[in-house]
Amino acid sequence: MANQGSRLTRQNLHGWLFALPGFGLMVMFVVIPFIFAIVFSLTNQRLISPNPTEFIGVENYSNLLGLGGLVIEPIKDDEGRWVLDSKGEYKYPRTRKFTRNNPDHPDIQGMKEWFSWQWDHKKVVVLASDPVFMKALVNTLTFVAVVAPIQSLIALCLALLINQRLRGINIFRTIYFMPVVVSIVVVSLLWRFIYDGQNGLLNSVLASLTFNHFEPVDWLGNPDTALGSIMVMSIWQAVGFHMVIWLSGLQTISPTLYEAAKIEGASSWQTFRYVTWPGLRNTAILVGIVITMQAFALFAQIDVMTNGGPLDSTQTIVFQAVERGYGKQDISGGSTLSVVLFVIVLSISLLQRFLTREKN
Amino acid sequence: MATLAGDNYRLRLALRYAVLILIAIIFIFPLIFMIVSSLKPDVQLLQDTSSLRAFLPVGDISFDNYKNASERAPIGLFMFNSVLVTGITVLLSLFFCSLAAFSFTFLSWRGREVQLSIIIATLIIPFETIAIPMLLLVSKLPWLSMGGVEWGWLNSYHVQIIPFIADGLTIFLFVQYFKDLPKELIEAARVEGASWWQIYRSIIIPLSGPVIATAAILKFLAMYNQYLWPIMVTQEEQYRPVLVGLQYFFQLNTAWGEVMAYLTLITLPVLAFYLVLQRSFIASIASTGVKG
Amino acid sequence: MRIKMKKTLQAISYTLIASPFLSGAALAATDLSLWYHGAGNPAEAKVINQIVADFNESQTDWRVVMQSFPQESYNDSVIASALAGNLPDILDVDGPVMPNWAWAGYMQPLSIDEKRIEGFLPGTKGYWDGKLYSIGLWDAAVAMVTRRSTLEKHDIRIPTLEQPWTKEEFDQILVKLKATGEYDFPLDLGMAWKGEWYPYAFSPLLQSFGGDIIDRTTYASSEGVLNGDEAIAFGEWWQNLFAEGLAPGTSQDAADRDTGLADGKYAISWNGNWAALNALKAHDDTLFLPAPDFGNGPKIGAASWQFGVSSSSKYPEAASQFIEFALKDKYLTAFSNGMGLIPPTKEAAAASEHYADGGAMAVFYELSEKQAVVRPVTPGYVVAAKVFEKALADIADGADVADTLDSAADEISDDVQKNAGYGH
Repeated sequence: MANQGSRLTRQNLHGWLFALPGFGLMVMFVVIPFIFAIVFSLTNQRLISPNPTEFIGVENYSNLLGLGGLVIEPIKDDEGRWVLDSKGEYKYPRTRKFTRNNPDHPDIQGMKEWFSWQWDHKKVVVLASDPVFMKALVNTLTFVAVVAPIQSLIALCLALLINQRLRGINIFRTIYFMPVVVSIVVVSLLWRFIYDGQNGLLNSVLASLTFNHFEPVDWLGNPDTALGSIMVMSIWQAVGFHMVIWLSGLQTISPTLYEAAKIEGASSWQTFRYVTWPGLRNTAILVGIVITMQAFALFAQIDVMTNGGPLDSTQTIVFQAVERGYGKQDISGGSTLSVVLFVIVLSISLLQRFLTREKN
Repeated sequence: MATLAGDNYRLRLALRYAVLILIAIIFIFPLIFMIVSSLKPDVQLLQDTSSLRAFLPVGDISFDNYKNASERAPIGLFMFNSVLVTGITVLLSLFFCSLAAFSFTFLSWRGREVQLSIIIATLIIPFETIAIPMLLLVSKLPWLSMGGVEWGWLNSYHVQIIPFIADGLTIFLFVQYFKDLPKELIEAARVEGASWWQIYRSIIIPLSGPVIATAAILKFLAMYNQYLWPIMVTQEEQYRPVLVGLQYFFQLNTAWGEVMAYLTLITLPVLAFYLVLQRSFIASIASTGVKG
Repeated sequence: MRIKMKKTLQAISYTLIASPFLSGAALAATDLSLWYHGAGNPAEAKVINQIVADFNESQTDWRVVMQSFPQESYNDSVIASALAGNLPDILDVDGPVMPNWAWAGYMQPLSIDEKRIEGFLPGTKGYWDGKLYSIGLWDAAVAMVTRRSTLEKHDIRIPTLEQPWTKEEFDQILVKLKATGEYDFPLDLGMAWKGEWYPYAFSPLLQSFGGDIIDRTTYASSEGVLNGDEAIAFGEWWQNLFAEGLAPGTSQDAADRDTGLADGKYAISWNGNWAALNALKAHDDTLFLPAPDFGNGPKIGAASWQFGVSSSSKYPEAASQFIEFALKDKYLTAFSNGMGLIPPTKEAAAASEHYADGGAMAVFYELSEKQAVVRPVTPGYVVAAKVFEKALADIADGADVADTLDSAADEISDDVQKNAGYGH
């Protein structure tokens, strides 16, 4: 009993000792600054300002997340009939009349239109205090939802491809890792010329493949294609990164298991399903989490290539946080965005962990 | 019969290589573009971007861009700074993070779960959001140097190294890898009376080739390509790393050829690091086999 | 051994004898730190290094030590240093940003004789709150750059300062040039240059229509100036340029911006005089034309980098002394010759290569004198510039003009309120 006790406390001591430098550094340089950021988000802290900082509570959050709605009737002429414009559509008073200096609608003061649609003859408007943030949120979630699964899958396929015993396979592995090594500046420059609306490589290739039926598309200048283009480029750039992680996981799977499967005459799919995939469980969790985190942190490509445009189609949360904090000198606003991002990603990763928990 | 099987095999082999090569082209063309462009004068470089000539070293090829680039910026100094800062950070990071991960995976102690959760939670925090608070913090910390205690870490090497030694991703990588190692080895060693430190040093680390290589490469890349933090904390040219140096080339009239030359030069250490690592770690593990 | 000793003794004794002369000066010379934004630009470096060397030689009390920063990240570096309490004595500041730094308490007024700068172009003088905080060694201007052959070929009138193109004339010119099919786009506005270029180059166009970024009588709000009728007229004209394919939009390639005019992709380019030297090199019939008059007189931007003193400097008098030293005509001329920028005084202009009477860029000096309007002089400019840039980009991409301008005006006005009026 005494032995066990001292073994446990020794484990306790060793455990703390080994983890302390790593954990201590993280607390000092990540956790504490983040707590600062949370505090900033509850104030009106500016980047530089002679005005003293005031505590404003959750005002930043309500400004960021505030939503509202409005139903607008079309304009009527003197006789009470609806006015039609030159295209035969109803005319509506401008949303700003209701949201700016209008005491009849105190809840939606300061809000702007996020999106709207027509219902019957009325216009239904969804308002947001910060429509740019809403768009950034939607874009970021879309980006993650598309990129995470696709990139993980492609990386896994590449890792499986590379894991064969072929002569010179190492060269290929090195080459597939290249985009990760090359600076984001070169990558962005290159993809800008690939995506160029007029002389771009992509347009030329597509035109020659379809025998000139293809109309050139301004990939980065068109709000419908901009985010998709960034997705393709991001997957291309980072997939080598995750291929390497999958690879190191693949190589921990004992070769004897493969031999056993071969002896039993398993097909490649069966081998994958019963030997490879179970051995990759922990790696899969790792890849999944890392890709998701990185996707949420999308910033550099946007900053270099599109600046959030066109028409906010490539806005992301981190880009907005940097824009507000450094660009518009509003540290409290930037911090608010960071905290909101943190909460969103934390919830999603807790959900992920719950779904992939070990069922003992 | 034998020949048919032989041909079939050769065909399948050729097909495999064809697929590999096709994919390789997709991944390597930026590097080719960069290197080839660094040899061309600006005017030709820009003209060639609208055609496939962008990838061919044709036309007026020379090393002029390299010469001009090194006159415009102290490239050697920047590369030295980056390699120094990155190298030290990677070494320290591998050590402290693997140690912590070892503790989280194999030892049971109070507070383990909480600490690990906090560390993983930090994966979510993008650096830009904590940069300003970190700056304020770092400007108030003391540092022991030759001249005694100095206040404020700014404008130095250690300000670029110490905050980044421990990071959630590296610890997480090690934890996930260690979880897959066979516990029997450790139990056997404990029975023989080995200390935790001995187990860490003599058993776990030698088995960790792949994850050490992976973590090292990822950390190297992250540190080498740092931009925002060095901008904020280095005021003197002697401490600046490569990406800050890149800004020297984006003046009122950008010299694209010089930019390409500079980028080619600064990519070399990363490439070298990756090549060395993958050869010595991954290959050796694959051939000997981890577990029998 | 003996010989070594003797030599050593000799060396020591010589040093001791000489030291009152040397160390007297060396001990007394206090270091003044100077931060400059020109790292990576050899032409600028040459001149500023010369100024620093000359100043250090000219007197023995002070020694200026310069640290160069790359321009793109200069502002970020300075702000980070300010937050850490680490500013230099003398620093470089971009004209419109100066009120923001002065208001934040990072700069103090200069103590130079104002008579000295009387003849300087107005854009080079940085006043805030009635005091002079910064002074520039050059000014920058924008012009319509094109080739004489282009205009003559298509029968287009060459405008002069007295008779610039009118709005209708300009619109017709663009349509005509587009119809020829010879160019990718008739007009290159430089949409690829994100950042400060947008407010610098495009707000004068807005001002020529009669609008502005912010109401300059109160600096409290943009209501009515950024979203009034004139501004909406500007917005619609602006949107039309891109909708009709008259100018490349926000997805313009940066390389095209650098070389498009020279290569013949564009007929006319709205560009600054820092790019003028390259344009002159490319074609010998390059013309620099004044901006069109959109109704409120033709306007171009002004104010570039200026020198100021930080508030934490222990030696503000000496710092001002250095700045005053740098204002000599010969240095102004040297900067102009090296970089193609506008010298702030008539004398320096007359002595320069490009701006002397008949010089290829002499027209810029006059443009700057007659048409230049500085960007709004307010600490709120930093935010207003970003908001304005986004609004223009969105309108160029097809957003609703009135809504976008309203949104921008609201954001700027709200920001002023949140900052207690920015000290106005």
